[in-house]
Amino acid sequence: MKDSGFIPLDALQRAQAPVDSAERAPSPDLKALRSRLAAGKGPAFWRTLEEAAETDELREYVEQEFPGLSGQIPDAGTDRRSLLKVMAASLAMAGAAACTRQPTELIVPYVRQPENVIPGLPMFYATAMPLYGYARGLLVESHLNRPTKVEGNPDHPASLGATGIFEQASVLSLYDPDRSENILYEGRPSTWAEFTGVITREAEAARGRNGEGLAILTGVTTSPTFLSQMKALTDMSPSAKWYVHEPAVREVAAKAAHTIAGRAASLVYDLSQADVIVSLESDLLNNSPGGLAYARQFASRRSVDNGATPCRLYAIESSPTVSGSLADHRFAAKSGDIAGLAYQLAKACGVQAEANGAAPDWIAAVAQDLSNSKGRGVVIPGEYQPESVHLAAFAINEALGNVGKTVRVVESIEGPSTHTIEDLANDLTAGKVEVLLILGPNPLYSTPAALNLQPAMRRARLVIRLGQFYDETSKWAHWHIPEAHYLEAWSDSRAFDGTATIQQPLIMPIYGGKSGHEIVTFLVNQPDLSSHDIVKGYWNTQLKDANFEAAWQKAVHDGVVGGIPAPAEVTGAKAPALPALPAPETGTEIVFRPDPTIGDGSWANNGWLQELPKPQTKMTWDNTIWVSPKDATTMSLQKGDMLRVTVDGRSVEGPTWILPGHAEGSFTVHFGYGREMSGRVGTGIGYNAYKIQPVATPWIAAGTVTKTGGHYRLANTQETQTMAGREPVRAATLAEYREHPNFPTEFDKPVPNNDTLYYNSDYPYKGYKWGMSIDLNVCTGCSACIIACQAENNIAVVGKDQVARGRHMHWIRVDRYYSGDLDEPTLYNQPVPCMQCENAPCEVVCPVAATTHSTEGLNQMVYNRCVGTRYCSNNCPYKVRRFNFLLYSDWQTPSLYGVRNPDVTVRSRGVMEKCSYCMQRIQEAKIETEKQNRRVHDGEVITACQQVCPTRAIRFGDLNDPKADVVKQKQLPRQYALLDDLNTRPRTTYLGYVRNPNEALRGSGGNKQG
Amino acid sequence: METNKVDQNAVAIVDPGPDSILGPGHNYDSVTQRIAGVVFLDWKNTPKNWYLGLTVAMLFVMLLMTAVSYLFLKGVGIWGINIPIGWGFAIINFVWWIGIGHAGTLISAILFLLKQDFRTSINRFSEAMTLFAVACAGMFPILHLGRPWLFYWLLPYPNSMYLWPQPRSPLEWDVFAVSTYATVSVVFWYVGLLPDLASLRDTANPLWKQRVYAVLSLGWRGSAIHWHRYQKAYLLLAGLATPLVLSVHTIVSFDFAVAILPGWHTTIFPPYFVAGAIYSGFAMVLTLIIPFRSWYKLQDLITMRHLECCAKVMLGTGLIVAYGYSMEAFFSWYAGDKYESFMYWNRMTGPYAFTYALLILCNIALPQLLWIRKVRLNVPLLWALSIVINIGMWLERFEIVATSLTRDFVPSSWGTYIPTFWDWATYAGTLGFFLFLMFLFVRVLPAISIFEVREVVHHEHELEHAK
Amino acid sequence: MSHDLILSELPQVHGVMAEFVDSNDLIRAAKRAYTEGFRRMDAYAPMPVEGLAEAIGYKKNYVALCVLIGGMCGAIGGFSLLEWITVIAYPHNVGGRPLNSWPAYIPITFECMILAAALTSMFSMLAFNGLPRLNHPVFNVKAFERASIDRFFLCIESSDPKFKTEDTMEFLRGLGGSEVTVVPA
Repeated sequence: MKDSGFIPLDALQRAQAPVDSAERAPSPDLKALRSRLAAGKGPAFWRTLEEAAETDELREYVEQEFPGLSGQIPDAGTDRRSLLKVMAASLAMAGAAACTRQPTELIVPYVRQPENVIPGLPMFYATAMPLYGYARGLLVESHLNRPTKVEGNPDHPASLGATGIFEQASVLSLYDPDRSENILYEGRPSTWAEFTGVITREAEAARGRNGEGLAILTGVTTSPTFLSQMKALTDMSPSAKWYVHEPAVREVAAKAAHTIAGRAASLVYDLSQADVIVSLESDLLNNSPGGLAYARQFASRRSVDNGATPCRLYAIESSPTVSGSLADHRFAAKSGDIAGLAYQLAKACGVQAEANGAAPDWIAAVAQDLSNSKGRGVVIPGEYQPESVHLAAFAINEALGNVGKTVRVVESIEGPSTHTIEDLANDLTAGKVEVLLILGPNPLYSTPAALNLQPAMRRARLVIRLGQFYDETSKWAHWHIPEAHYLEAWSDSRAFDGTATIQQPLIMPIYGGKSGHEIVTFLVNQPDLSSHDIVKGYWNTQLKDANFEAAWQKAVHDGVVGGIPAPAEVTGAKAPALPALPAPETGTEIVFRPDPTIGDGSWANNGWLQELPKPQTKMTWDNTIWVSPKDATTMSLQKGDMLRVTVDGRSVEGPTWILPGHAEGSFTVHFGYGREMSGRVGTGIGYNAYKIQPVATPWIAAGTVTKTGGHYRLANTQETQTMAGREPVRAATLAEYREHPNFPTEFDKPVPNNDTLYYNSDYPYKGYKWGMSIDLNVCTGCSACIIACQAENNIAVVGKDQVARGRHMHWIRVDRYYSGDLDEPTLYNQPVPCMQCENAPCEVVCPVAATTHSTEGLNQMVYNRCVGTRYCSNNCPYKVRRFNFLLYSDWQTPSLYGVRNPDVTVRSRGVMEKCSYCMQRIQEAKIETEKQNRRVHDGEVITACQQVCPTRAIRFGDLNDPKADVVKQKQLPRQYALLDDLNTRPRTTYLGYVRNPNEALRGSGGNKQG
Repeated sequence: METNKVDQNAVAIVDPGPDSILGPGHNYDSVTQRIAGVVFLDWKNTPKNWYLGLTVAMLFVMLLMTAVSYLFLKGVGIWGINIPIGWGFAIINFVWWIGIGHAGTLISAILFLLKQDFRTSINRFSEAMTLFAVACAGMFPILHLGRPWLFYWLLPYPNSMYLWPQPRSPLEWDVFAVSTYATVSVVFWYVGLLPDLASLRDTANPLWKQRVYAVLSLGWRGSAIHWHRYQKAYLLLAGLATPLVLSVHTIVSFDFAVAILPGWHTTIFPPYFVAGAIYSGFAMVLTLIIPFRSWYKLQDLITMRHLECCAKVMLGTGLIVAYGYSMEAFFSWYAGDKYESFMYWNRMTGPYAFTYALLILCNIALPQLLWIRKVRLNVPLLWALSIVINIGMWLERFEIVATSLTRDFVPSSWGTYIPTFWDWATYAGTLGFFLFLMFLFVRVLPAISIFEVREVVHHEHELEHAK
Repeated sequence: MSHDLILSELPQVHGVMAEFVDSNDLIRAAKRAYTEGFRRMDAYAPMPVEGLAEAIGYKKNYVALCVLIGGMCGAIGGFSLLEWITVIAYPHNVGGRPLNSWPAYIPITFECMILAAALTSMFSMLAFNGLPRLNHPVFNVKAFERASIDRFFLCIESSDPKFKTEDTMEFLRGLGGSEVTVVPA
């Protein structure tokens, strides 16, 4: 019974039976309540009963007195007045619990003052989302205090207005109906007051022991407030131990930086200065704290227009990364061999390195290229590569004088923690841990099975888990406290470059969740401070400003705290002599990676992310085992064949995915799946790669892969990934481009404009004329646009089965094509929204005029007129229309109402839908500007996909405005329209893809035809 | 007590073979007796096969009802369709059924204008077939809608929202074409029935049957002047039905030809759709009439001549269809359009190649047997061939509708189409519905035009007098 | 002449009717009756008989004209409906096509024409024939039930000026009609 998440029957009965005062747990006394109400602590007057209800004594009292809100007459000793108050309050709470509540603390809107909230007009608040501990600055759209959509904060260095997929999806997690809703003790409902009682006693005791036996497990955090709290704690009780577990990151990079700098440090890159970039299996542009910023810098150097010379990217990787998809040269190599190659490269660049074996021929050329651009090149080590690679990379950068220019070493902003999850496991087994606080992570799922953490954890006397879900870890913890979502609680965090942001909540905790700050307060003996008071209190000590309130207001409002010194450059950082390499593994290697869309598994219950096609494979709802084409042939594997992967004794089974460009002899498995307690979305799909993750080398292992003979049905959104003789993507090398600037269209036969059955039927589009341009040159295929569109346009999640039937609903898709050699292919990404054709084939065939053209040239879809013939989709050459074959939108789950964008219809069964160029945003801008009696200026309408794009590949605007950004783009010679020869006259056009291969390497590294 | 005044077997049942359309020894009375007899056959003499067939058909009608109920409950998602394959069985069946219907109109209208003698005694039957086929076909365009309850939005009717349909869409043309076709078929059929209903009125017993037929016959009394106007009207109807039947399948083919999809966007569709329609229609006539004539012993009214002529028509239209295919193939290569050529190559070698192979076998290869007179005169073989052709024509529609959709312009959006149980159930259901109606029809209405057979008798008498 | 007699006979008698087994006899008889000056008469046959209607002096057939008019109305109505919808009532930019995309309206126009024409042909035929009419004096004759099976009838109606029951019956017998009977009104 103890272990089960369910409330045992007897407990229920006890809860409902009238409790007699003897057995009642710590009796809530009304004196305390009255005194609290009297004191300024609670609201002074009973104007709103909810406020009163906010005070925990009162809530406690009511929950004790009226379990399940069944009105019990309290026993004698309670006087009439307070009884009435209580009754009233409890009723009020019954209502209060139903609706979302306003925070009682003041939070500051980004663009408008709260007093002019106009229903229907959203407000934007600046905040930040900690992703693996590092801040991503956000502006969150709030409709009547209901956060519905996040955008990047242009003023924030780690965002620059863009976001990644996780930020976009985080809104859905906020409203996730499966989030845990109440405090549980041994799986039974309990109360905050009971918990505070317990933890206060425990903290007391721990302090008595100098914190001996007190253990705290968190993820990576950069929160200054939290760090200060932890400092206070360690000051108070020195022997308390702080462990950090971040399954998707782990500590390799940090350790390397420590070795280089001699103290806790981190490396910061500046790609805008880099002419030559060598990535040693790094996914810097996508999967790193500064990813968005780096992507923007990279994009700024990819321009080939107006004579600009683009940078050159070499990617050396086993398992294809998002960043690698844009590489001018991609070399597939086993993950384990990359250290060797790094050493070879180092040697070729004149670094003292013991490289065994002969270097592949391309090393010389790459080294040459690097040496030619001293100070303007950079070598980036892979996040998941061993320390040796990091050291080698730094050594090369050092040797070529890149340090200080394209790469800088700065002091770490992470906590001083040195304790890892392995240490925790050891301490637990050694019985050194009495009380364990788990603030966030889910170690019982996300740690190597070899650690065998579960029984170890039960050896602690008291385990307290703060988590958003009642999951694998909470199940084995004594206490489970619902954790507040980052949009629900005050906190702060810092970006990769040290910029601090104050995270303001946009909504009161929907399920009364608590933040880590609030838990730690008990340990540092300032019980029961609200996270607002904690954070504000901390910054009060930091902001050296005469008028703190003003400074605080400004900091919260801007989403960036001014006047905080950036982390200091580390002087005298030096690459040590490179350690000798272990003999290269010859056997099969298993490569471990966080899932491209589910990460370490904490996103498993997020439907948007589950259905987001993984950039490399366009696969949804499952993690596969990536196999190189060569291995697939030798093992005679088909897509979906079940494989058994065994790493020292432990094994998991997963379906095959044959991935062009994957290194031979290397198999990639992904974390994040195989969850046992994740909720209705994420539970029980895929396989759990943690089961075979080695402890010592978390990202790579020697193992065996065998065919089980089973087959597995996969749901992918793109069946064909060759261009089959058509040219949806037009590409050229830089040299070719210089000769034929208009290469995409130069060799096409001219479009037959006047062959029409009708008299000249051109419509003028005199007012606005919306159009879009997509630059294939900088699209990394990160797929943020897909999920941003989903969030903005209330696009339904259809589930694995429907995706497998070819019924996914995304309005914009990112097509992935391969050309050339299977083992060293050239990769192409192509985002495809609706083309908004002026001669739209879809409109002509609709019998009920449900899709017609607006005066601004938008191809409109009128849901309530659609009868669902699907003829429009058949006749759409781009196949961008999506159909509600069944009732896909969730009309049942109330909590999901919150996430919906009120400006966009929620579609019902049987109607067609498609990209509308975010016409709700166009309308909003037009209304605003019409009030001021002027035209919409360029940049005032930003589509969801455009806004989120880290590399600004998508431009949108008014084609009638000659100064518009999009017009300039469309005037570039690289411009071309998809399927131009059909004379559909698309409003969405593309800029051809220009690669910049190294002449010395012609014909290798995915440039067979280059 | 006797249930009717007719004596079925006044004249011996002799199939006069492939040269005559009427058995020997018939007179006005005997043909009336014989045909009306089919209707007035008392229950115990009704062929066992009729009961059996009706029951089986009934079961499939049940299946249809189940399938449709589930469809309305869940939505078209229960079928195998998806993006890109937005149209599946529903549209395939729609085109197939409409095509089948065309034979009836063709026989009764075009052959009438061409004064083909073998038209008589199969025209009524095939007109009924037309009606029921159109009824089945008409179901699908409504069922396949995402929101079928709003089908009436396709009709141009004044409404409070001032919305109107969009007449540039071939689907809108379909609405008019199919409804017109249905209406005109009914009119044509009913006008043809009038005099025979009068005959039934005068042969029926008991009184209530007489009354029913009397009302249905609108009091037809065979006045010479009535006959005169009647014939004029009938001639005009035939003259109207002929261009109609051609236009209907032309418009159905426009559903595809007007679209820009490779494999749809072709100018040869109208003629070869019409030919295909007649092809499948005649096949269906044979499929139905061969068992019918033997169950009811009508070999002397529906003779080998009728069967052989149908066979010849099938052969002819089959060749036109074959020509259509080859032209399609030729132009996909000759036009030099990469999408077109890939489309045809994909048909022949892609994932659905087996359907293409079957199609060629059923529609082109096997029907060539009809060149041989022995085959044309071999009833069981003829029947088997008619079924083969029906299957073939269904596959043709599958090729055009589904296979073309699976792989169009942008490779990233290519898909596969796998019909579900409900696809098959709906199709089988309409087959049952069709047969169900046919069985009822032969029970309550004269399946052969009595007065036209009388004319044949009259005609033959005249010839004898001449001798 | 003795109109009084005729008038007195009118109420009871619709006419007299002779039955024939062969259509040629009927035609012969009809022609004779016509030459004898009888005008108000009708012939009945179980199937259309060549020249029978002409024999009893039937001349004009207006069905075709009606159908022509009906068809034209259908065509004009259909086309103008579409024009009105797309140009006046519900103008929209549909796929860049002009509001008046007349070539696209031809199929529907054609269908409307056929529909109207077909309906006209049936209803005009029935109207001219005065159908539906379930009761008619000729049905009062028992033998007439074979008129829809295998017998031919010639009926001279009492409204004919030359009609005199006895004489006319004699006359019909003279034409070789078997079973000459009075048709009660």
